[in-house]
Amino acid sequence: MKPTLLSLLFFISPVLLMVPPFLHADEVKVAVAANFLSTLQVLAPVFEQQSGHRLRVSAGSTGKLYAQLRHGAPYDVFLAADNKHPALLEKEGWVMPGRRVTYAVGRLAVWSGRSMPPQEGPQIFQQSGIRHIAIANPATAPYGRAAYQALNTMGLWHTLKPRMVQGDDVGQVFQFVASANAQLGFVALAQILNPKNTFSRDYWLVPEGLYDPIEQDMALLKKAQNNSAAHAFVAFMQTARARALIQQAGYKVK
Amino acid sequence: MPAELDLAPLWLSLQLASVTTALLLLFATPLAWWLANTRARGRAFIEALVALPLVLPPTVLGFYLLLVLGPHGALGAPWLQLTDTTLTFTFTGLVIASLLYSLPFVVQPLQNAFESLDRKPLEAAWCLRASPLDSFFSVVLPQAMRGYLTAAVLGFTHTLGEFGVVLMVGGNIPGETRVISIAIYDHVETLDYASAHWLAGLLLVFTFVVLLGVYTLNRQVRVRVL
Repeated sequence: MKPTLLSLLFFISPVLLMVPPFLHADEVKVAVAANFLSTLQVLAPVFEQQSGHRLRVSAGSTGKLYAQLRHGAPYDVFLAADNKHPALLEKEGWVMPGRRVTYAVGRLAVWSGRSMPPQEGPQIFQQSGIRHIAIANPATAPYGRAAYQALNTMGLWHTLKPRMVQGDDVGQVFQFVASANAQLGFVALAQILNPKNTFSRDYWLVPEGLYDPIEQDMALLKKAQNNSAAHAFVAFMQTARARALIQQAGYKVK
Repeated sequence: MPAELDLAPLWLSLQLASVTTALLLLFATPLAWWLANTRARGRAFIEALVALPLVLPPTVLGFYLLLVLGPHGALGAPWLQLTDTTLTFTFTGLVIASLLYSLPFVVQPLQNAFESLDRKPLEAAWCLRASPLDSFFSVVLPQAMRGYLTAAVLGFTHTLGEFGVVLMVGGNIPGETRVISIAIYDHVETLDYASAHWLAGLLLVFTFVVLLGVYTLNRQVRVRVL
């Protein structure tokens, strides 16, 4: 039997009927750095309800998303984990000039995955039984670079280096610690506060003076300049409601 | 070649692949022999188990290995007690991971070779009261040579190309777990495309030459055997 147009319609009509009321809603495709994904999942329904637009989210590491965007990946908005990559994209002409905004400032925390006494300061690294300390790759991951800077500032990098293991990003660092392969790890505070975190929520918040601020910038891609939904999303991210949710998730806002 | 190109990851990969292949040939021989000859009920079960790494994504293997090799894991905990070192983030851990990862690539060619053995010379050897070891080396091995060659080369090159599992249990430690595929990945991520090109090119040429050698040799061996 040849698939006729009618039979095709027969098969997809139930799907069409299931589409929610906003038939004219536009779609925003967002590329988001892995550390912010869980926060975006909290923000998404709020945005969709307020605007009637739909959000389609793809997560990855900032460096990989950047490489994809440079090769024409079909995203409208880029939520990076740093300000370097969005700036590079602007220099290379991929994003709308002057539309880069810091949507969140990341906070670096040391996490052990189990309950720990509230130890103030770097003596957390002197406890016995610490075989491995996990950090994200300082060369590629913003939180890894921050961890490296903090350890350097505290004068601990060289003494701790033999026990250091690298994850690809903070997501992997979290997994190394959660699986007890590393006893301590430098992660994003937002990961510890993530409602899906079933492990301990004890942590040591690394003092902000010890590392350059992790300014997470967003950028509107040039190809989305006529996509009203993308503009609406960028505006939404700067509303008081969104900023409050971002703060609640473990970030600071500017 | 960039002056600062670090070739240590290449040597580490070659080392890992050599150790893994040698151990696999040793362990896989009795296993493949048993699979080729047994009529036991468990055979299909074991065969399916051996083939798992062929189809499982490396992330699944890596995810489980991180637990099994970890300090509280079934292998990692006794190892920690015995040696006071961990299995994850070490070369030894990578060897264990690679043994699993490349297992089917060694067992299957050996099993095929053993299954297609000409039984008559073997039975003659038994009648002449040759010891099992003697009949293995004098009768089985010469016939199964091509199987061994295929197994060794597939095991070696497959371990050389390992990425996902190492990424998950390695920890990217220079000289210990930073193998060539990880180094290439790092170069790409840090936009150091020149180094990435060199390492990737080296690996490509090397693997191709090895495979070319095997296929050429394979043909000659067949001619000589027949």
